[in-house]
Amino acid sequence: MPHTTTRPIVISAKNLTKKYGDFTAVDSISFEVPAGESFGLLGPNGAGKSTTMRMIGGVSQRSAGELEIMGLDPEEQGPEVRAHLGVVPQQDNLDEELRVRDNLIIYGRYFGLPLSYLKPKADELLEFAQLTEKAGSRVDDLSGGMKRRLTIARSLVNDPKLLLLDEPTTGLDPQARHILWDRLFRLKERGVTLILTTHYMDEAEQLCDRLIVVDKGRIMAEGSPASLIREYSTREVLELRFGTERNATVGRELEGIGERTETLPDRVLIYADDGEAALEQVTARGLSPLTSLVRRSSLEDVFLRLTGRSLVD
Amino acid sequence: MTSGSGPLKTPTAEERLFDSPLRAHTPAVSAARARRFGTWYIAEQVLRGMKGYLDVIIAYSVGNPLMYLVAMGIGLASLVDSNTGGAAFGGVGYLQFIVPALLASGAVMTAAEEFSYPVMSGFKWHRTYYGPLASPISAQQICQGRVLAVAIRLVAQSAVYLAIVAAFGAAPSGWAWVSVFTAALAGLAFGVPMMAYAASIKDDRGQFAMVQRFIVMPLFLFSGTFFPLSVMPWFLQWIGWISPVWHGAELGRVLSYGHAEPLWLSIVHVLYLAAVAAAALVAARRIYARRLEG
Repeated sequence: MPHTTTRPIVISAKNLTKKYGDFTAVDSISFEVPAGESFGLLGPNGAGKSTTMRMIGGVSQRSAGELEIMGLDPEEQGPEVRAHLGVVPQQDNLDEELRVRDNLIIYGRYFGLPLSYLKPKADELLEFAQLTEKAGSRVDDLSGGMKRRLTIARSLVNDPKLLLLDEPTTGLDPQARHILWDRLFRLKERGVTLILTTHYMDEAEQLCDRLIVVDKGRIMAEGSPASLIREYSTREVLELRFGTERNATVGRELEGIGERTETLPDRVLIYADDGEAALEQVTARGLSPLTSLVRRSSLEDVFLRLTGRSLVD
Repeated sequence: MTSGSGPLKTPTAEERLFDSPLRAHTPAVSAARARRFGTWYIAEQVLRGMKGYLDVIIAYSVGNPLMYLVAMGIGLASLVDSNTGGAAFGGVGYLQFIVPALLASGAVMTAAEEFSYPVMSGFKWHRTYYGPLASPISAQQICQGRVLAVAIRLVAQSAVYLAIVAAFGAAPSGWAWVSVFTAALAGLAFGVPMMAYAASIKDDRGQFAMVQRFIVMPLFLFSGTFFPLSVMPWFLQWIGWISPVWHGAELGRVLSYGHAEPLWLSIVHVLYLAAVAAAALVAARRIYARRLEG
């Protein structure tokens, strides 16, 4: 996987594999991430994204293959690897017995940071996470979005240059997600390398310079969101709904329109560079869908093409 | 929804964070410190968490044994002492006899509490162990840190308790203060195996309540706490021999009023308690590592 970049490689995985008994969660994947890049792992639940993240994070040992984080092997130098990282786990694991501000301070202690650094740092991070007024609150009293922001603030306490985010916005309402994306984008602008897993297309498109599409522990495709869409989909997609019973049978009558059709239980997708033209062809054949919609291709279409399945079921 | 109520653009917050003169030390320094002091960092976290419910802790760990002390040591003692003339208890009053046992059993009960639900919570309910796990701290240090913090708590609560009873002249020997540490050791000899067990269970199906009822309470009642082990039927005396409460109570009696006991037996008490706690710590560390880093 050659990269035409002079930036140093911060993560290098070669044939990285994780097995649990007979089950292979991560099946010999290879990738490299240069410093400053925002790199995504996109795939459905159970694809092996979180397992990969745990190996990168130095908390789960690989079964086979090679892995280097900042040039260090997490198996041999776990503490040294983890000292470089900021980690936002899939499930919040804030300390509910401590107040909001103390969560940041105590977390910083795990890195051996002195209180003279941590006290002002905690205040800066609370401000960054828009939680200044909540400094003395119980963690329990925070909303889901606030807990997530506190978790992100916590991950920044050691000034990491590499941030691991596992499903950072799952379970948040749209507004809270946008605030989080804004914060992550600012970190990226400052040169922080972001590694994130997501099963949200829009999140991947918003935040990732480059991503790998993962399914069943394997890499299905790799590239920037735009290049993946170019490579695996058409420019536009025509979505037609004929009603649940007819969707399945109408597929044959649509043959030859666009480059490819995909029949889903609730709708039929026609992949074409010109969606409106495809729609004219459909009506010219005497078919009258209940609803029709022309949209740009997204990563969802890439995933559907690669795996024959939707991302979010 | 209040989560998004703040203004979206607050450039001062970013500037303050990104252009701050505050600089964390390097990752290499973090790793080196965590390798050396990680257990202490975790203990600090546990103790800070305890501070949040200090009133409950004081009520439980000092109030509870004091309650037994008043009921048994003063109420029952007046009856016992007038009937036996103190002969049954090695020549001391009943109050002095039970004080060291209540000290040790109080530590054991606190340990049973601190090494059960909070351990389960760390793995499962609040997942608090997974926070430090992502930092340079290791799974073994997460385990040791809890042991260290609870040990500190046991010493502190035993010291407060002993100070109170000493004020009433119930611990006359000059060596009584050492029993603060033997009581804490007894607590660990029960609590660390409990911790290894708690770390190994995946679902709470009332196991802790069973341990409380069928292990902690019998150990409390049949470990020579309220009467010498020797007056128990022979087929029940083994409970005392395996019980950290008995070993801790007997050591406390030696220290607090010079209870006559062969030196080898005192050494056995210490070695037994230390060996059980140490073996359990080895096991607990392994269980923590396996479960957290799987």
